[in-house]
Amino acid sequence: MKEWLNKGEHWIWLSASTVSISVVLVLSLLAMISYKGLAHFWPHPVYEFNIGSPNGDTTRILGELQETKNKVVVEASGLKTLIPQYLIKMGNRDVFGIDFKWVSSENVQGKMDTLAKDPVVIERYEYGNVYGHFSSFTLNGKTTNDPTQIRSELQVQVAKGKALHSAITSIEKFDMGAVNKHIEDLRFEEKKLRIKGAFTPEDESRLKAERAEFQKTFIAYQAEVKVLYDQKETLGEVAVAISNGQVLRVPVEKVVQFWQPNNMNYVEKLGFFFSSIGHFISEDPREANTEGGIFPAMIGTIVMVLLMTVFVTPMGVVAAIYMREYAKDGLILRLVRISINNLAGVPSIVFGIFGLGFFVYIIGGSIDELFYGYALPSPTFGTPGLLWASLTMALLTLPVVIVSTEEGLSRIPMSLREGGLALGATKSETIWKIVLPMATPAIMTGLILAIARAAGEVAPLMLVGVVKLAPELPIDSVAPFIHLDNKFMHLGFHIYDVGFQSPNVEAAQPLVYATSLLLVIIIVSLNLGAITIRNRLREKYKALEN
Amino acid sequence: MTTAGDKKPHSTLEAALTGPAFEKRIKRRNIKDKLVKWGISIGGIGVIFSVLLIMFFLLYVVIPLFVPASVEQHQRYDLPGGHAEKTLYYGVDEYKSSAMRMTESGKLIGFDLADGRIQLTEDLPLQGQSITSFTVVNELQNLVAFGLSEGGILFAKYGYQISYPNDQRVVSPEVTYPYGKDILQVSDSAIQSLAIKSLDEEVRVAYQTKGSKRVAIKSFSKTESMFNDSVSLEEDSSVDFESTMIPKWLMLDGSGRNLYVISKNGTADYYDLSDLEAPSLLQHVALVENSEHPTVIRFLLGDYSLMIGTDKGNVHQWFPVRDNDNIFSLQHIRSFKVSDSPIQSIAIEKGRKGFAVTDAAGEFKLYNSTAERHLATKQVSQGAAGLVVMAPRSNGALVETQDGELVQYDIDNDHPDVSFSSLWSKVWYEGYSEPTYTWQSSSASSDFEPKFSLMPLTFGTIKAAFYAMLFAVPIAILAAIFTAFFMDRQTRQWVKPTVEMIEALPTVILGFLAGLWLAPHMEENLPGFFALLIVIPVGVILFGFGWTRLPKSIRNSVPLGKRAILMIPVVILLGWFAMQMSSPMENAWFNGDMRHWLTFSAGIDFDQRNAMVIGFAMGFALIPTIFSVTEDAIYNVPTYLVNGSLALGASGWQTLIGVVIPTASPGIFSAVMLGFGRGVGETMIVLMASGNTPLMTMNLFEGMRTLAANLAIEMPEAAVASSHYRVLFLAGLVLFIFTFVFNTLAEVVRQRMRRKYGSL
Repeated sequence: MKEWLNKGEHWIWLSASTVSISVVLVLSLLAMISYKGLAHFWPHPVYEFNIGSPNGDTTRILGELQETKNKVVVEASGLKTLIPQYLIKMGNRDVFGIDFKWVSSENVQGKMDTLAKDPVVIERYEYGNVYGHFSSFTLNGKTTNDPTQIRSELQVQVAKGKALHSAITSIEKFDMGAVNKHIEDLRFEEKKLRIKGAFTPEDESRLKAERAEFQKTFIAYQAEVKVLYDQKETLGEVAVAISNGQVLRVPVEKVVQFWQPNNMNYVEKLGFFFSSIGHFISEDPREANTEGGIFPAMIGTIVMVLLMTVFVTPMGVVAAIYMREYAKDGLILRLVRISINNLAGVPSIVFGIFGLGFFVYIIGGSIDELFYGYALPSPTFGTPGLLWASLTMALLTLPVVIVSTEEGLSRIPMSLREGGLALGATKSETIWKIVLPMATPAIMTGLILAIARAAGEVAPLMLVGVVKLAPELPIDSVAPFIHLDNKFMHLGFHIYDVGFQSPNVEAAQPLVYATSLLLVIIIVSLNLGAITIRNRLREKYKALEN
Repeated sequence: MTTAGDKKPHSTLEAALTGPAFEKRIKRRNIKDKLVKWGISIGGIGVIFSVLLIMFFLLYVVIPLFVPASVEQHQRYDLPGGHAEKTLYYGVDEYKSSAMRMTESGKLIGFDLADGRIQLTEDLPLQGQSITSFTVVNELQNLVAFGLSEGGILFAKYGYQISYPNDQRVVSPEVTYPYGKDILQVSDSAIQSLAIKSLDEEVRVAYQTKGSKRVAIKSFSKTESMFNDSVSLEEDSSVDFESTMIPKWLMLDGSGRNLYVISKNGTADYYDLSDLEAPSLLQHVALVENSEHPTVIRFLLGDYSLMIGTDKGNVHQWFPVRDNDNIFSLQHIRSFKVSDSPIQSIAIEKGRKGFAVTDAAGEFKLYNSTAERHLATKQVSQGAAGLVVMAPRSNGALVETQDGELVQYDIDNDHPDVSFSSLWSKVWYEGYSEPTYTWQSSSASSDFEPKFSLMPLTFGTIKAAFYAMLFAVPIAILAAIFTAFFMDRQTRQWVKPTVEMIEALPTVILGFLAGLWLAPHMEENLPGFFALLIVIPVGVILFGFGWTRLPKSIRNSVPLGKRAILMIPVVILLGWFAMQMSSPMENAWFNGDMRHWLTFSAGIDFDQRNAMVIGFAMGFALIPTIFSVTEDAIYNVPTYLVNGSLALGASGWQTLIGVVIPTASPGIFSAVMLGFGRGVGETMIVLMASGNTPLMTMNLFEGMRTLAANLAIEMPEAAVASSHYRVLFLAGLVLFIFTFVFNTLAEVVRQRMRRKYGSL
């Protein structure tokens, strides 16, 4: 063994194992996020068991098994036993006050894994899930008691409710929102005229007439919505017997969806799984972001990233072309190159404070004073928002784009440029028609890497425009369609906020895993895309270089 | 026809290449080329400049912190009301437009600050008594009290009314009597020194009558009238005791519980009044040196620190400090050498821990106590300068001169509370038992002393980066060595991108997992995590040695280049084994609960979100940075060096240590620098998994607050252009410089290495 150690063989084994450790860490991390993220969507079976308490009472509990932990108990004799502790999601927050309960296996009477018979889980717009058994269903005074019939009738009514819900949301959010926006604009117009001192009686009457017109539309919409609301109220009511024997009456208008997990077969479960993923991606968050979907966060991320791309592409490409094609090579250029390289290593939070101090307070403040004086003291651009967030991110990702584009430009053989010039093309024509097209894959790689970085970066955004709950999307159907001054939601910040600032962390955790999974998928696929493009590009120009 | 046909292409070409149209086109193209050149140059330089702008902008925000205060004389006129009488107090309004002078004989003179025009003259309702002593009850509320010749006390309050006739702001000073115009009779003889504090429900009075050593303390309860706003005072308790000297100053602190009795030569008795019935003498101490005599004594804002001006031109700061046995004593905190001539007057800033001083040489000086900063000096007059007061917003001062003039200064002094020493050295803050490095930027109370020490944050940043590097560097470098030197091409092709994928993972996810998953698991299986550090290396070596004892056919089935794959199940198994060891170890050595054992038996504090969590989580995030650069460096070592060494009979590892690593060492160094730079600036992981308490301990089981996380937490709340805001930018600048230096170092070393390889 001594000789073996002398030869340093053990170091080789250790170094090999560090590679394995790294790989194991990466893969298990990804596996854990995937598993925990996806498990959120799977219809979990509902268990039923009785819990005894010291005074002899037993409580019946109905719920999903969320987590198991072992508690170690050391007895006086030194004997050690493991007592499993279960975290049960029992829902019915409006009745029990809490969704989750830790149960010690010591107290469980009978078996732990008894599947409840025909339980139903109802997801509501408020107060989370209901776990129980169908008791009755009342519609227009008619009451049904047969579970199968309840199930089919409820299905129909919930579908109706859903349609009504989306109709109401669409009117309230888009139509009424647009009218409100117009009325707000009129108010600003009046203020603007007043500041100018050009507010004439004609203006006043015109504005008044317009306002009245809008108000009329608004009232019409209100009436329309009222009708829908009334319809919603007559959808019926389902009564559910919950675990403590109480009968909970749930109006159908409050129901998002319902399912009977223990009665589902594998195919149905799979269908439920995919439809849950769909809901998650397409719905708004509810209950302080701990339930529902992440649609606005996704849209916010996408819009911010796209806007950033619009800023960073010309800036990065022009700077790279200047440095590679026009600037004189020398000490200064080398210094500039080192600086730009280093900028990629500057902590992102520093870009955040720069964005806040420079873009928001200085530039935004000046814009407000110059153009939005009528809205002061409430700031328009002098407050964190989409525009400043994307500009900050553009600055943050600029080094990536510059470095990548420069590398692409440097790979293009000099002979091609010389050929272009020899045929009489000017330098700009050579660059535009020969060099740039060949460099596009490199530029694309840079952009994709920039997008991947921007999508995952949270720290600077916390300072320049991200909020936990934005009332409006940054893009909508009201002109000018993209609202640069709006605050927005972001997937990364959503993870931070829900995971750390939420009042109900246990309920929120699966959602955070699911959001993380989505973000990881987006970013890893962007990176893989960039790597593929880069490799293809290298192959393509290998021939040219020789 | 044919000739024409032959000629035609030629002539069209000719026509296309000559003639005015062609010239024009060439011209246009050249202009376009020039335009593009200029456009791109300007654009490119613009972008590069905007990139460099970041650094200059940070500097631009930070610099005002270190600019000294500017003091400009605004007005100078004869003392309103004449200088025959001594002034006791000036009340100044928030807008610096009017003031009220209170004199020794009980005259109240309100005047316009712009020109000294008298707006109002009134007399205090002294009812035949004369003023023998004076005290400021509450500086912020402008509440004062006069001790009278026949043992009475009169409270008065300066205030002002604002009106807007003709859209012009007019401020008129006024005096009100919050406890009624009646004199509160406490004694029969003249009150020589007086100290009063108004607490929530009572008014506490300490006084001494002429020539006596006895100090009396009385407490009056406040009763609000049912009918109007007036408050009447009713005596609750009264006690008197014999002091060790004839007091010249009585100072009652803001809590009303500490009384300092100070004699004319500067010795002080410190009495504890927690028990009003029985004041206890805690300390007898000399506040100044033997040859020195106090001339003025004032409380700093908050009525906690005593500022003692002396005839030697010093200002000494003292405040009560609690020792280990919970006993308070007055301690000398710091001294300011103001001048060589006696201190005439001290004025305190309302809102910060600053003060202004005038001396007998006629100089006016501005200081900040926390930052120990001398901010400005101004010569007021040739003769001695007299009473000085600060405007409520600390943006102006009034100074009397010996020859009866009143000088008004405009002061621009935005950031007195920050100095190099307050940022980077230990500072003795009010209420602290010793000088400390403390970061506490804001608080709800108005007389708060901001604590802007960047040391705990810098320390936390380095601590976080250090523990992360401790985890990342060995793993990343060893892994890079194996990947670059031993691994076969096929495996390398997927291992490298897999490890580099960590770099792409959003750190918010790593932070979330570290804070919500790793931290609680680590707390539960603490011994298991320590066992990992021993079990895995030992297990791997034993496995390796065991492998050599296996029959050749099995050994040869896994070539060296694929050994990393072979190790994957081994590592997983060892990790699982270490975790299983957790609770047996806990039972064997730590009485069943290591956390409990740490806190109670070993005396080590334990937080769930601690440096160990950060070490693992952030270390994980740093692996790809270090791995990638090291791997490149080793991979690029010329093969003939390796072959030469192997040919001479060295083993694989010997070649690596003797030839490859020395050649690649600059690259490895720059990898470590880059990793450290990244660790210093990482925000989200630390924010979510470190607990964010600004501590100064290397304890593995306690958290920290880093510069970056601090920015993320406090930046959104900091008021623009406040000291806090600028100090945060300074923290950003420190981070920027930190990472810039490390990255430049790495870059320079790497470039040099590239040149060296070129020569090989």
